[in-house]
Amino acid sequence: MNNTLSTSLGKSTSSKTIRLPDFSGPHLAKRYASERRFRILGISSVGAAGIILLILLSSIVSKGYSAFWLHKVELNITFSSEVLNPDGGAVEEVKLKEANYLALIHNALKQKFPAAIGNRCKIRMLYGIISPKADLVLRNMVLSNPSLVGTTKTVSLKLSDDLDNLSKGFINRDLPESDRRVKDLQIDWYDQLKSEGHIHSVFNTDFFTTGDSRDPEEAGIYSALIGSILTLTITLLISFPVGVMAAVYLEEFAPNNRFIDFIEVNINNLAAVPSIVFGLLGLAVFLNFFGLPRSAPLVGGLVLALMTLPTIIIAARSALKAVSPSIREAALGLGASPLQVVTHHVLPMAMPGILTGTIIGMAQALGETAPLLMIGMVAFIVDIPQTFTDPATVMSIQVYIWADSPERAFVERTSAGIMVLLSFLVLMNAVAILLRKRFERRC
Amino acid sequence: MINRALNPPDVNLAAKLSDSKQLANRFTKIKSRDVNVYYGNKHALKHVNLSVYKNEVTALIGPSGCGKSTFLRCLNRMNDVIDICKVTGKITLDDYNIYDSSLDVVQLRARVGMVFQKPNPFPKSIYDNIAYGPRIHGIAYGKSELDEIVQNCLDRAGLWKEVSDRLEQPGTHLSGGQQQRLCIARAIAVNPEVILMDEPCSALDPIATARIEELIKELRENFTIIIVTHSMQQAARVSQRTAFFHLGELLEVGDTQAIFTNPINSCTQGYITGRFG
Repeated sequence: MNNTLSTSLGKSTSSKTIRLPDFSGPHLAKRYASERRFRILGISSVGAAGIILLILLSSIVSKGYSAFWLHKVELNITFSSEVLNPDGGAVEEVKLKEANYLALIHNALKQKFPAAIGNRCKIRMLYGIISPKADLVLRNMVLSNPSLVGTTKTVSLKLSDDLDNLSKGFINRDLPESDRRVKDLQIDWYDQLKSEGHIHSVFNTDFFTTGDSRDPEEAGIYSALIGSILTLTITLLISFPVGVMAAVYLEEFAPNNRFIDFIEVNINNLAAVPSIVFGLLGLAVFLNFFGLPRSAPLVGGLVLALMTLPTIIIAARSALKAVSPSIREAALGLGASPLQVVTHHVLPMAMPGILTGTIIGMAQALGETAPLLMIGMVAFIVDIPQTFTDPATVMSIQVYIWADSPERAFVERTSAGIMVLLSFLVLMNAVAILLRKRFERRC
Repeated sequence: MINRALNPPDVNLAAKLSDSKQLANRFTKIKSRDVNVYYGNKHALKHVNLSVYKNEVTALIGPSGCGKSTFLRCLNRMNDVIDICKVTGKITLDDYNIYDSSLDVVQLRARVGMVFQKPNPFPKSIYDNIAYGPRIHGIAYGKSELDEIVQNCLDRAGLWKEVSDRLEQPGTHLSGGQQQRLCIARAIAVNPEVILMDEPCSALDPIATARIEELIKELRENFTIIIVTHSMQQAARVSQRTAFFHLGELLEVGDTQAIFTNPINSCTQGYITGRFG
């Protein structure tokens, strides 16, 4: 239709100077093709990103989900007073605290599998079935209820990490005995216990309630989680107010001169500084000069705050810049002071953008390991940190430490640690998004 | 430059005009003497001498870029926020120099309100838009007094009937004309002495424009109004005095009727008759 119109018009007006828009021909097809190409490229890049993310997540989940379960074995433990109270006399708490509970487990195992007695090698294998920290369970039981002494009770104890792996199916029974961590005899014992129904799987609550351990079955993420929360609290408390203040001053009040330009350029450069440099700075300034404690969330938080500051400042400045100047004029025209203009109007309107920048900065800080390396936060932390100056580590470093450990059972814990880290990140972002939504609604 | 207002005989001239009753006892509210404005190297406003009388509407007309908005923004020192802007000369408000170093700009802006070209309500509720000025200046004591001010201002801006049932809705959800009336209501809520209007109707349709013009006529009883406009008809309809700016100079100023019926400057004549501009 258009074609005929344009061509007929083109013919009727013989003058060369008048040209009508060309609605036909190759240039239109080219335009359509390029638009189609762009759409396909766009969809495929989004798809590729989605697939990669899916692969990443599914590999983490498939490797890590098994860490949330572990296997326990039921043993008939005799709380014999000969072992717990070898000197005789009254049963006292002091004695019970120091008693050899491991012997109780060993006795129970020997009673269950008498064939191993007499052979030191077999005995060691037998003792290796149960987690070396299982005696703590018995100790706590007896300490909370001393009347147990002298009785016999069925107790569920954690299998050692190797046996746990066997029950999870991670150990190939077809391999020659010398190539696997679990020996034939242990497999036989395990199968016997299994067939008698003594082995059952439970949810691994310890993973969420304890700190790190040399024994994978005892290792947990909780101390690192608390360490991360303490560290990020410091980071947020310092970088958010300082970053927003700096951005507001630079954007709204600073005079236009060389010095301010110089500061601006340097803030932008700071965002690109490798994070390990901030760690060195923290080591030199906070530990050596100010003498703050090593491995402390306080120092970690300070270092990460330095690292997060440029991100927050840059995001906050662009958010402030995006606030329409007409709002500033309106407030100024009503007789608001420059500070009132900022606090009553500009800052609330920029807050969603500032929060977005803060989320990005905090997410970066949560995953950061390199700067914390320099201030001693790559540490083996068993105790849960209670204050900002206790030795602590953070989740990303915990994941790194586990990934570095040789035990097979740490593989699944590494992935499980990543899952906890990612869930924490999602939770953090969700809170920030909720806050942002509230600000957006109010504006 | 012809400045009728400056010469004492001007009063006699005014008396000869038809509505002499109204114009007889004029009181000078704002007086500018030899005002120059520079944007960097650009000389934007040249030696402007202009008097604005109390309870009158003064219209500033002229082609785009002639400096009328710049002059308007000098009157409440809104040009201060522009770094490269430099103002020389003297502007007095009730015989007090507003460019005096001891003057508090915030107080000046509370006395000289402004309505902008584009309606710019705060992204807050209609109520908060009006209540903001009284709140920061401590005009209202208590919630009931504030409610009264809000209702009164919306009423004077002719908006009360339209929005009384939705004061909590954002001001930005109103139509363009309503938003501009909201901005006027917001400006009068501070009880200024002078209201500056920078092309308040340029973004509005004829009906909304007519309403704003009605409003300006009513507000004249209590306020001194200076309005920048591109519409000759609007200037003729609402103003008592008109000043014609051209290329940063004030070419002619006088009573509106005189300017529109008998312009002295040929350039003014050309502009108001539509031959140029």
